[in-house]
Amino acid sequence: MKRAFLCIFALTVSCKSEKKSDAGAATPAAGAASTATPAGTASSGPSGDGVVSGTVHFAGTAPKNPTVDMSEEPTCKAKYTANPVDSQYVVNNGGLGNSFVYVKSGLPAGATYAPPATPAVIDQKGCEYHPRVFGMQVGQKLEIKNDDAVLHNIKAVPHVNRGFNISQPSAGMTTTRTFDKAEVMVPFQCNVHGWMQAHAGVLSHPFYAVSSPDGKFTIKGLPPGTYTLEAWHEKLGTQTSTVTVGAGETKTADFNFSPKA
Amino acid sequence: MRRSVPVGALVLAVVQTAFPSTSLSQAATGQATYEKWCAGCHGDTGAGDGPGATAMLPRPRDFTRGVYKIRTTASGEIPTDDDLRLVVAEGMPGTAMPAWKAKLSDQERRDVVAYIKSLSSAFASGPPKPIQISKDQGTGDQAIADGRAAFTKLQCAKCHGANGRGDGTSAPTLKDDWGHPIRAADLTERWKFRGGSDVPSIYARLRTGLDGTPMPSFTDAIEQKLITDEQLWHVAAYVHSLSPDAPKVREVVRARLATALPRSPDDGAWEQAERYWIPVVGQVIAKPRWFAPTVDGVWMQAMHDGRRLALRLTWNDPSSSPAPAWTEWLRRIDTTLTTADGPLPVQQGPDRLSVQWPLHAGDEMERPYFLGGDARRPARLWRWTSAPDRVEVGTARGLGTFAATSGDDTVTHVAHYDAGQWRLQLVRALRPRDTTTGPVFVPGRAVPVALFVADGSNGEDAVRGAVSTWYAVHLDVPTPPRVYAAPAITVLLTAGLGMLLITRAQRRETEAVQPEREAPR
Repeated sequence: MKRAFLCIFALTVSCKSEKKSDAGAATPAAGAASTATPAGTASSGPSGDGVVSGTVHFAGTAPKNPTVDMSEEPTCKAKYTANPVDSQYVVNNGGLGNSFVYVKSGLPAGATYAPPATPAVIDQKGCEYHPRVFGMQVGQKLEIKNDDAVLHNIKAVPHVNRGFNISQPSAGMTTTRTFDKAEVMVPFQCNVHGWMQAHAGVLSHPFYAVSSPDGKFTIKGLPPGTYTLEAWHEKLGTQTSTVTVGAGETKTADFNFSPKA
Repeated sequence: MRRSVPVGALVLAVVQTAFPSTSLSQAATGQATYEKWCAGCHGDTGAGDGPGATAMLPRPRDFTRGVYKIRTTASGEIPTDDDLRLVVAEGMPGTAMPAWKAKLSDQERRDVVAYIKSLSSAFASGPPKPIQISKDQGTGDQAIADGRAAFTKLQCAKCHGANGRGDGTSAPTLKDDWGHPIRAADLTERWKFRGGSDVPSIYARLRTGLDGTPMPSFTDAIEQKLITDEQLWHVAAYVHSLSPDAPKVREVVRARLATALPRSPDDGAWEQAERYWIPVVGQVIAKPRWFAPTVDGVWMQAMHDGRRLALRLTWNDPSSSPAPAWTEWLRRIDTTLTTADGPLPVQQGPDRLSVQWPLHAGDEMERPYFLGGDARRPARLWRWTSAPDRVEVGTARGLGTFAATSGDDTVTHVAHYDAGQWRLQLVRALRPRDTTTGPVFVPGRAVPVALFVADGSNGEDAVRGAVSTWYAVHLDVPTPPRVYAAPAITVLLTAGLGMLLITRAQRRETEAVQPEREAPR
């Protein structure tokens, strides 16, 4: 009897998967494989001295960043001389800042990289997140700090990982959390101050960078290989680029974003 | 139906690893229950996108993410089976989610919970880890005062407002994990608290947060010694103290006789008048229908002085509409809720409250149709708006229809908005000079009354809003002078007669005793 139920259920699920797409059926298996990797016990995967650097370009005039009305939070407002803006677009000399550039594929299959001992840090300061865009590794500690003498709640709203929502009602609080799966990107938000947004790229390897305010980035320590790089931007989506790096080589990869139609 | 055996086997293998076989067969049984009772709102795949979903606020929960509000586990963790069963059994008060304990058997509820868990891969990660709940730290005055201080320190007012009415400065900007607008809980109506309204339940919500909503967990605040666990218990006690017990709904509102009527809704004299809770629900009959009203009930009080009737209506509304801070809220409501019955107003309208009476109360006992009457039996409306702040008196022949009448049937009013609450006083003569234009209030008689409330910042107007069914206002009868005189006269007469009898008896006794004493000699 129990066996019959099992089969019926399995078949129902399989039909549903089929309806969606063929790839959908494979997802659970892939998910199971990634969770099967024992976190923390991994020795560091292959690395080398290959370097990829380049520029994330932005063609045209950058859209104006919205101003933030902080009048409801005088403690934060006092930290600014001019009206603070929500820095969605950081564009200097045609380069796009705050773009997350990372190796999307090309690393040897099954390579695992131990998380660094130093934590990633996100600070709440002047009712803004610092940094606004950052990368971290699976299993790496994320230190969440509050420099403001006001209430913040920090809410992670991932899709692959489990989220959290923590109250930090006082300056000087530090909370530590980790993510156990790779996910580009994990959004962070504060519900007390609806304008506060940050994004973290969580990867199972250390090959990522965030573009500087003029769009420059460098990814070091790559083993020889052909890689697909992706550049992500919070408003403009993603661009990819393929690059082959030999031992000791420095290659260039550029990305070109343009204003949304 | 084409069946792919290899894929089926693969899925079976994965699912078997994730769920023990008992819950797997339970899930299969639960699916039928789910499809029959749950899918209409929560969707066929559990993504919270059933046909009914787009009219609802809050939206039905999306089960595919495995993110749940009511848990006894830490923020971000999966709930326990008991957590899920509690919600299915008791429902989510204040939302469209009903309590299923009367409809579904315990076994059916267990099965449906097993099925709901199968909709998210989150439950494959292992058994949930409930938090350690410490001992209740009391609910006395000292605990409440301490809790109030911690409530301030934790800045709960940022969302919930200084008086807990859900009107904090961040309230208009709140959104859930799916980007939908969401309200800060009104802490003065704890009977609507999801997950229970007693102090331990409130404490659990503070410890775990309500995942998927802006409500965070305060566990870290304890771990980092910002507050103590005892203080968090006291916050729960304080929040509990902000509400009365769930009000009992009584159909007849008693208008007490007073020598003088209160002058404003904030007049202390109103404290003498009993409060009656009039529940209101979304107007979902006449188009455009409205499933997401802001207001869920109005406190009504009534007094009369033999010449005039005074009503005091008190209700919570986080905005005095139109309010600039809520402009974005209205836009978000517009994009979130289905507007199949016509577009929402682009601009915020005023807040509204209409008191509805039968046009000819007293002449006939048959009440008009509760939604603004109809052609045969019109309704009389006292229609208050916040902007302009005025009361119009007129006749309705159906919801949204209104013909203002001139004449001497005037209603005076005083409206006061204070920290998330409207307080409105309405006064009218018991008997208008022209008795064909409105109800005549007669002491000793009950007159049917119904309410309509709307929040302009929520896109509500003369039809979209919240309505009550018929209630009644009964005017106390003045006590005639003879009621006081008669007992006094009775007392005097009784006392007088009594004295007479006693005196006589004593005299007779004295006369009788004298000879007896002398007898033996």
